[in-house]
Amino acid sequence: MRTTNKILKEVLLILVALFFLSPIYIIFVNSFKNRQELYENVLAWPENFGFQYYIGAMEKMNFLNALGNSLYITIISIILLVVLSSMTAWMLVRTNNKLSNVIFMIFIATMLIPFQTIMMPLMQLMGNIMDTLGIPMLNTREGLIFMNVGFNSSISVFLYHGFIKSVPVSLEEAATIDGASKFGVFWRIIFPILKPITVTVLIINIISIWNDYLLPSLTLTDKDLRTIPLSTFYFFGEFTIQWNMAMAGLLLTMIPIVIFFILAQKHIIKGIGDGAVK
Amino acid sequence: MTKRKNWGWYALFTAPLVIIFSVVVIIPFLIGIYYSFFDWDGIAANPMVFVGLENFAKLFDDERFLNSAWLTIKFTVLAVISVNIVGLGFALLVTSNLRTANTARTMVFMPYLIGGLMLGYIWQFVFSDVFTLIGEITGLDSIFLNWLLDPNYSLYALVVVFTWQMAGYIMIIYIAGIQAIPGELLEASKIDGANNWQKLRKIIFPLLMPSFTISLFLTLSSAFKIYDTNLSLTGGGPANSTEMFAMNIYNEIFGYSNYGLGQAKAIVFFLIVAVIALTQVYLTKKREVEM
Repeated sequence: MRTTNKILKEVLLILVALFFLSPIYIIFVNSFKNRQELYENVLAWPENFGFQYYIGAMEKMNFLNALGNSLYITIISIILLVVLSSMTAWMLVRTNNKLSNVIFMIFIATMLIPFQTIMMPLMQLMGNIMDTLGIPMLNTREGLIFMNVGFNSSISVFLYHGFIKSVPVSLEEAATIDGASKFGVFWRIIFPILKPITVTVLIINIISIWNDYLLPSLTLTDKDLRTIPLSTFYFFGEFTIQWNMAMAGLLLTMIPIVIFFILAQKHIIKGIGDGAVK
Repeated sequence: MTKRKNWGWYALFTAPLVIIFSVVVIIPFLIGIYYSFFDWDGIAANPMVFVGLENFAKLFDDERFLNSAWLTIKFTVLAVISVNIVGLGFALLVTSNLRTANTARTMVFMPYLIGGLMLGYIWQFVFSDVFTLIGEITGLDSIFLNWLLDPNYSLYALVVVFTWQMAGYIMIIYIAGIQAIPGELLEASKIDGANNWQKLRKIIFPLLMPSFTISLFLTLSSAFKIYDTNLSLTGGGPANSTEMFAMNIYNEIFGYSNYGLGQAKAIVFFLIVAVIALTQVYLTKKREVEM
């Protein structure tokens, strides 16, 4: 009796989870169907698996180019975020004075500012910096990276700050007595200890930067610079939706995310949990 | 000497990020407050006319804005309830010694990783083709119709998609909370003859308060600020029935070129978000029990 009950529960749980993921199944099966098949039954398994719609979507979205842009922007942004926010947080924790407290408080308080509150003045300011100093802030991938670092620094500093407070000072003191510079102490001794929280910072920032649509849509105007969400947006706005090609396009955009998830699943689940509980 | 040297290190470590952060967040925020007192169309050559608090006064006569604010509140309430019920439900299911728990957890978490924009497009098709098909098959076409075309249903469509996106994420937070509950407490309740419902109400829920705080904070603020999914799923339609706060601000500034008015809305938006977030954290923090 107990075992049948348990088996029933197991089956029920998987069924619920499968039902939860059914939209993905629907996208998948319909990305292989021609118009006729689509019209007949959207829930049915496709008659044959041809990749013509994928090839079409790839060309229309300029997918490989967008993938390259997304990778470049995300990777450089997260490297800069990890390096700069860990250094900043360490210094703020170890130099316990008024200034450090004020800087930290400002970082935290600004977490409440929604992007919509700053988007217009930010674009104006970036435009002014371009005009007066000649630094190409708008319509360049590097300008977007700069803004990504600015926007995601609050949460990153916050997470590092919380973690570093629990790291004993004794390790650093010994190294300082041995004559190591602050730089050496941080990178050789402290940074390796921060690995768990670095993983969390990486995961949280990868998810938000990779999927971001609004900021890139405001800063990048050139077709060649489009990230994956941008090219998806224009792809859907371009023509009356040919659903089979649209589904293929959507699945393409999911592939990198799924790969990332499979590679780093343990870290992602743990990182999300840690990041939220801190 | 050493003091100066220490300041040098301090600056070297903190200045780069503080400067980037100031340029991207702090300065635009301050400029934004300044802009909200002017009447301006965003074109540099055109004059900026100082109007004081007029932009803020105008908001109270702006039907579309008030409607959008009301819709956003309605959406947020529904979304917070729905995401937390589904998320907590899944968390309770996958923490109950089942062998399939890990697989289920992975599957439920998956949608969170797909960006909000893509999710909207996926569900556009689900509502337009799958819902109508289910309606045809079952004859329940009063419920299963294309929700995106009916102003009475469109907001609920957005709630469904948002729930699908966030439930897995919130589930992870509840799982962490449930796993932190000492086993002996639950054991003791079993010996005392507590049934499942009593166990939930008297032990699990009170001890989950910290998780509630975090989850409510996250769902409240992300629901209130929703934009990407709103854009791709409905674009604010039909008949502005799903134009949320963030989209209304975007349209005011970049659609109608009312930079001053739009910026005033953006400042109000910030104030509401801040008040909601701080109040909510304060209230739930008060209810947390000491372990």
